[in-house]
Amino acid sequence: MLSEFSLIALFILIVLGFATSLVLIPVALRKLGIVPSQPSAVKSEPYECGLETTGPTWIQFKIRYYFYALLLISLDITVVFLYPWAVELTSLGPAGLITIFIFLGILAVGYLYAWRKGALEWK
Amino acid sequence: MEIGSGINSMDLDLHEGHVIEDLKNSAASALPEPSRWLDEEIERNIITTTVDKLLNWGRKTSLWTETSFTACCTFEFISTSSSRFDIARFGMEVLRSSPRHADLMITAGTLTWKMAPQIKRVYEQMAEPKWVIAMGACGISGGIFADSYAVVPGYNRILPVDVYIPGCPPRPEALLAGIELLRKKIEKRSIAKGN
Repeated sequence: MLSEFSLIALFILIVLGFATSLVLIPVALRKLGIVPSQPSAVKSEPYECGLETTGPTWIQFKIRYYFYALLLISLDITVVFLYPWAVELTSLGPAGLITIFIFLGILAVGYLYAWRKGALEWK
Repeated sequence: MEIGSGINSMDLDLHEGHVIEDLKNSAASALPEPSRWLDEEIERNIITTTVDKLLNWGRKTSLWTETSFTACCTFEFISTSSSRFDIARFGMEVLRSSPRHADLMITAGTLTWKMAPQIKRVYEQMAEPKWVIAMGACGISGGIFADSYAVVPGYNRILPVDVYIPGCPPRPEALLAGIELLRKKIEKRSIAKGN
């Protein structure tokens, strides 16, 4: 039973080894002095099309996007369920149709709730 | 005029002017071509030559270009990177908008002193190792604008240029020839020489 998973364990090991070596090879090459390293103050500064940054960079962004992201995810999941249903539409028959409308009804209630609460309005 | 919190546009202009004047004064003569090491004989052993070959192969076959094109030679570069001349054959089709990803700067076009500090800053922010190709007459010497007070007479005043490609503008074939020269130059790099 457990031996059936050995290939997956091997796969995880290879993935981990590959990922860490990709990160470590450049670090090792630099520590060994094989690749050139010329750090400077300008090099570590933020890149802004070659211009020096002007003014404060700690400005605030609107958090409103978060709600739209949440609503988008729920729409995404609707599609995930609707697609296989649409593919098997003929074989599922009327039972499938009723089930999917119940599912959409539950989602619609959620959307109406969000709408009434004003989550779709840009404030 | 006040722009943003506590920043005055007059002060910004003044600061920019000082930066440009300082750069102009410090760039009175051309920087030497960084190629003296090409003629130096060095001791090589089997390990350094193998590592050199591997590193240089990686460097020359995936030169990523920084998109810092200042003027009209750019159109020849665009033509070179498009389907007809197909720069992808050399692993160069990736144009980077950030200097952190780029190792080649193709200076396509006339450079004004007003733009010079930005170009210099972009070059300084590029990761090591990095190369510069001066493309076209303006890139080499300022071209027909060489006498103008507003134009940098050659990128080699502010950057160490590796390869010069003459022409006004150079044809895509000329650019490809210049890239081939740079690839030959990269092949001669060695870790024994510290690069």
